[in-house]
Amino acid sequence: MTIVTERPGTPAVSKPRALRISWVRAAPWLYTIGLFLIWELLVIALQMPQTILPAPSRIFQAIVQYWSPIWKNSLQTLFTTTLGFGLAVVGGLAIGLFIGWSKTIYAGLYPLMIGFNAIPKVAVVPILVIWFGIGTIPAVITAFLISFFPIVVNVATGLATIEPETEDVLRALGARKIDIMLKVGVPRSMPYFFGSLKIAITLAFVGSVLSETVAANYGLGNMMSSAQSQFNVPLVFAGLLMLAVEGIAMYALMAWIERRMTGWAHRSTMAH
Amino acid sequence: MTHLVFIDDVDMRYGGADGTLAVSGLTMRVEKGDFAAVVGPSGCGKSTLMKLVTGLHIPQAGTVIVAGQHVTKPVSIVGMAFQNPTMLPWRTTLENILLPLEIVEKHRHRLRAHRKDYVAQAENLLELVGLKGFGAKYPWQLSGGMQQRANLCRALIHQPDLLMLDEPFGALDAFTREELWCVIRDLHAAQGVTIILVTHDLREASFLADKIFVMSARPGRIVREHRVPFARPRDLDLMYEKEFNDLVHQLHGEIATARMAA
Repeated sequence: MTIVTERPGTPAVSKPRALRISWVRAAPWLYTIGLFLIWELLVIALQMPQTILPAPSRIFQAIVQYWSPIWKNSLQTLFTTTLGFGLAVVGGLAIGLFIGWSKTIYAGLYPLMIGFNAIPKVAVVPILVIWFGIGTIPAVITAFLISFFPIVVNVATGLATIEPETEDVLRALGARKIDIMLKVGVPRSMPYFFGSLKIAITLAFVGSVLSETVAANYGLGNMMSSAQSQFNVPLVFAGLLMLAVEGIAMYALMAWIERRMTGWAHRSTMAH
Repeated sequence: MTHLVFIDDVDMRYGGADGTLAVSGLTMRVEKGDFAAVVGPSGCGKSTLMKLVTGLHIPQAGTVIVAGQHVTKPVSIVGMAFQNPTMLPWRTTLENILLPLEIVEKHRHRLRAHRKDYVAQAENLLELVGLKGFGAKYPWQLSGGMQQRANLCRALIHQPDLLMLDEPFGALDAFTREELWCVIRDLHAAQGVTIILVTHDLREASFLADKIFVMSARPGRIVREHRVPFARPRDLDLMYEKEFNDLVHQLHGEIATARMAA
């Protein structure tokens, strides 16, 4: 018996590729626009005073109106955040490798790290102000302190979860600890590390804005708190919107770096 | 001494003085060029045996001599392969196979200058196990059976005198397993390497080995040693002959007894 497979005929009318809309790609934009539309309509329908909840149109107007201070303060916040984040990357990677190196160091430092992480960072800012005065430095340090922990934990986890078989194979060949770390541990922890960057950058914004709000003369946090004291609510929301934009941009950058550096860890998408 | 592996009255206990005794009074000898298989009830200390021979564990009592040397630290003349292929996913198959050369003292300083020779050697091994042309693929692009073939190449690349296999075919389907039995059989014939195969599969042991050691339940020791009489080269059809099945049957009975005794 022979099996005849028929090739399904291509549909006679198919739209050219360029004209078809990729709904998945368009979805983030459509949903965002949708959110703003609903927001606008709600404000109109409920006749919200702009001192409580300004409509998106009013917020965009505020962005245009105050563009110069918004732009300057946004850059300041971006600067303190990325600087603190950069320090957290370097420090977190170093300490993560150090902690993952030995069980004793891991056991000794882990509770300390948890303790540090549990301290609300807002409580640390006054101490930083005593040490460094108000301004950029406390903001950078707060961003560093808050974003440092997930990086350390992820790098250390990557090192601590090397398969025992891999370790046996290499140790039986006479591998030293440093060999196993360099050949297996470090590359293995890279997906954890790059994955943690996405969490860390978001947290870094929390830290820097927090410090700017409490103790600074510049930055979006400071701009928003002074706008709030003048009941300039549209400007407060403009600041929030800028933070969201910066956060999304940095997150996307980290996600892109993650994919570039550790493509092998996303094997399901690469195999097909 | 002609014994490549010489284990005499070895006790190995984990976790301090009152920990579990994994093997006790373990004595076995494997000659150079032999293909030995170790079978036994589960938890009988087969993996401990692997670690003793490779020097990953040092016994509390008794003697382990490999290639005329008392084992006091990892011996780099051994290649190992486990059931889990543990290929590193960020390296290509070829780079995975070359990994031991970056570790073993004898090769690591020569690797850069003689890379071409070593790569040729790896390609050679790949061809031998039927993976010709797959060196540039990443391990996760290979099937389970292919990964296990690559794993064998990695275990052999530094030309070890002794190959230790810990249930390397446990996770494979029956046909792939038989294919790999033939690969191992041919490797043993071609390379003259001594092999110790730890397995649960009695047919596997009977088909491949010259000598089968039967272990008791924990604490493990050798209760019986069989010489496998079948002439080489062996064919898969051997497994349907009466003598073969008798041997498997007998092994099965011995392990059942060892289990009961526990």
